[in-house]
Amino acid sequence: MYREQQPAPDIPLTFALTTTLFIRAAQLGALLLLVGCRATRGDGAAHPPLRWGGDAEGGAPFVEADPNDPSRVRGFDVEIADLIARGLGRRGQFIQVAWASIAQSVERGDFDIGLSGIEDRPELRERQSLTIPYFEFREVLAVRPADRDRFRTLADLAGRRVATLGSTTAYQILLDEQARAKVVPVSYDDDVHPYTDLVAGRVDAVLLDNIIAERRLRVLGGFVIQPEAVATGHYVGVLARANVALRDSVNAILRERMRDGSLEKIFRGWDVWDDAQAKYFARVLADTSAGVARNASNGPTSPFSYLPSLLRAAGITLALSVLSMVLAVAFGTAVAAGRVYGSALVRGVLTVYVEVVRGTPVLLQLFVIYYGLSGVVRLPAFLAAVIGLGLNYAAYESEIYRAALEAIPRSQLEAARTLGLSEGQILRLVRGPQALRLALAPMTNDFVALLKDSSLVSVITVVELTKQTAIYAANIGSWVVPGILCALVYLSLSLPLSRFARRLERKWSLT
Amino acid sequence: MESDVTAQALTVRGLRATRGGTPVLRGVDLDVASGDICALMGVSGAGKSTVLRAIAALQSFSEGSIVVDGFALQPGPVPPESRLRPLRSKVGFVFQAHSLFEHLTVMDNVTLAPIHAQGWTRERARGVAAGLLETLGVAARSAAYPRHLSGGEAQRVAIARALALDPQLLLMDEPTSALDPARRGALGETLSALAKHGRGLLIATHDVDFAQDHADRVAVLADGVLVEYGAAREVLANPTHPATRALLQATNVSAP
Repeated sequence: MYREQQPAPDIPLTFALTTTLFIRAAQLGALLLLVGCRATRGDGAAHPPLRWGGDAEGGAPFVEADPNDPSRVRGFDVEIADLIARGLGRRGQFIQVAWASIAQSVERGDFDIGLSGIEDRPELRERQSLTIPYFEFREVLAVRPADRDRFRTLADLAGRRVATLGSTTAYQILLDEQARAKVVPVSYDDDVHPYTDLVAGRVDAVLLDNIIAERRLRVLGGFVIQPEAVATGHYVGVLARANVALRDSVNAILRERMRDGSLEKIFRGWDVWDDAQAKYFARVLADTSAGVARNASNGPTSPFSYLPSLLRAAGITLALSVLSMVLAVAFGTAVAAGRVYGSALVRGVLTVYVEVVRGTPVLLQLFVIYYGLSGVVRLPAFLAAVIGLGLNYAAYESEIYRAALEAIPRSQLEAARTLGLSEGQILRLVRGPQALRLALAPMTNDFVALLKDSSLVSVITVVELTKQTAIYAANIGSWVVPGILCALVYLSLSLPLSRFARRLERKWSLT
Repeated sequence: MESDVTAQALTVRGLRATRGGTPVLRGVDLDVASGDICALMGVSGAGKSTVLRAIAALQSFSEGSIVVDGFALQPGPVPPESRLRPLRSKVGFVFQAHSLFEHLTVMDNVTLAPIHAQGWTRERARGVAAGLLETLGVAARSAAYPRHLSGGEAQRVAIARALALDPQLLLMDEPTSALDPARRGALGETLSALAKHGRGLLIATHDVDFAQDHADRVAVLADGVLVEYGAAREVLANPTHPATRALLQATNVSAP
């Protein structure tokens, strides 16, 4: 369980984002090179290479690009993959894959085995072949130092926001506790921002693997880890469901390496070895059955049991879209008026605004508003989402209104002037109403687009319809039913809207 | 309103204007008496529209003076609309393309300015508008939207709109350009009736027949100056300037 996307903590975020992008581009390039290099390297073995999948975006200690030689990856999962490959008489070949897609990718046959801090989860066990767990981690709570004595367990966090990485055991635990202990789960797409938001005061605790928590503590600081584990979990290798033969070979190799201390050496090398690990290995070696019993989880559920949460998420999507559109229309109108009627300076400033907003990704704008501005003003996620989407769409709306305003014939405006109407009255009584009719169709299109673009705000922790669907799909391991349900909800929101707009347009064009 | 023989609806002296640095008007003197219809004639590009637009304060002029019913416009940039309020109820403007407000009914087109610019009550504005529409023969179209009007109807609505504030001077830009001969006659009678009530009418046109039949006075504009100015019959019967003769010839050639 991990995904990391963070450079040093004290760098301003906008810069950090850019840096991260550069690093990622470099990593990608490096990985391509890596694949190329490996392919050309002499290969005496008759066997094909063992293709193993992981996500180098996740970073150390799992898999990361080697700072000394970015064309290579390193991490304990990398070393375990090599160990397994050697045991099979093959050589390892790394395949980069997005962490959340590893299970589906291995099932497709993109590679033979996924090794990337993947958690042993009951749903996964149902759908895939899993190796024996090769590492035991603890789900630990991180809190601000001042809350050290106040928030020791989840039970202490009733009514509090507790952050974690989405689609993980920790998130499942929080969802279970939501009903029982009334904690408020906050899901993130990466494992860095839960901790920065904890330090910033946006959430009151983070529940994640001790491996991740300890690493974040070293890099970021500013919080403490509670000693008492909320639960324990295990990392496993994941294979295609039918690939039982390879799984059994891998299991044999893993057992052997536990016994001979090779695995211990690897984990010590990455500074994640402790006594609990030794006891766990002893337990595995004593027990020959592969399975490890897991704690709490609701059994498999029917698709319809997810419907209430999908509908709730649809409500959030709708509220978010409507509020953002209201802001976009209001601000877009002001910008358009400023660009048509304003002084040269006002026009210049507004033109820059429109071009900057239209020329940069809305995702970047959301990051800047939510994380980048957090030093100045700490906006709640939903508000930041409304502002981010609203200001983004305002730029597009303003262009529609400007074009509509300029489409009203000049002679009508002059006629209004010769009748003694003031500029304001001309805008309000003559120009505006006609421009609104022209703008209606493109506005509706934009609102439907906004409805769909609102799914982007999951990056700043708002769980709306698409995010909820993704969580649900990850849970049941299929996108078919959730995808159809989600699409139906979107359509039921957008189709009536389009129809309403068409009716209004028809009515106005006939008058 | 009583019409006095000497009352001037419009006095223009030494009017000069440029467009894009090129002189368009190079010293125009023009009078329109209350109760008179004055045809401002000339070929396209002679500057007829510029004269009308300067009088209506839709564009600036560089030299000279314009006085409308006692309200004087000075050379230089167009003053802000707040300073032009008195002018707006003294001058009505009927544009060549009518320029009705497409989103409003005929009645609302006519009552918009009285209600919002003058602060009349809705009842008063509608009463006046109904009277004007009746006079102009389009009362039946009160509830129609501009796109459903014929060219002639739209023009009469535009005239009604321009007359709603009872201006002493009515400016019209090429009113006959889109009308067939029968409609031209009807328009002429309408305008004569308006003049009889004491208004001054200044009509930019290159329609010689229309001027001959309905104008009291004719002013001929050529290259930015007035080359002939006098009683309609005299000017058109005995043209002294080549520009006037050219206008007449063009009409005779195309006359049926």
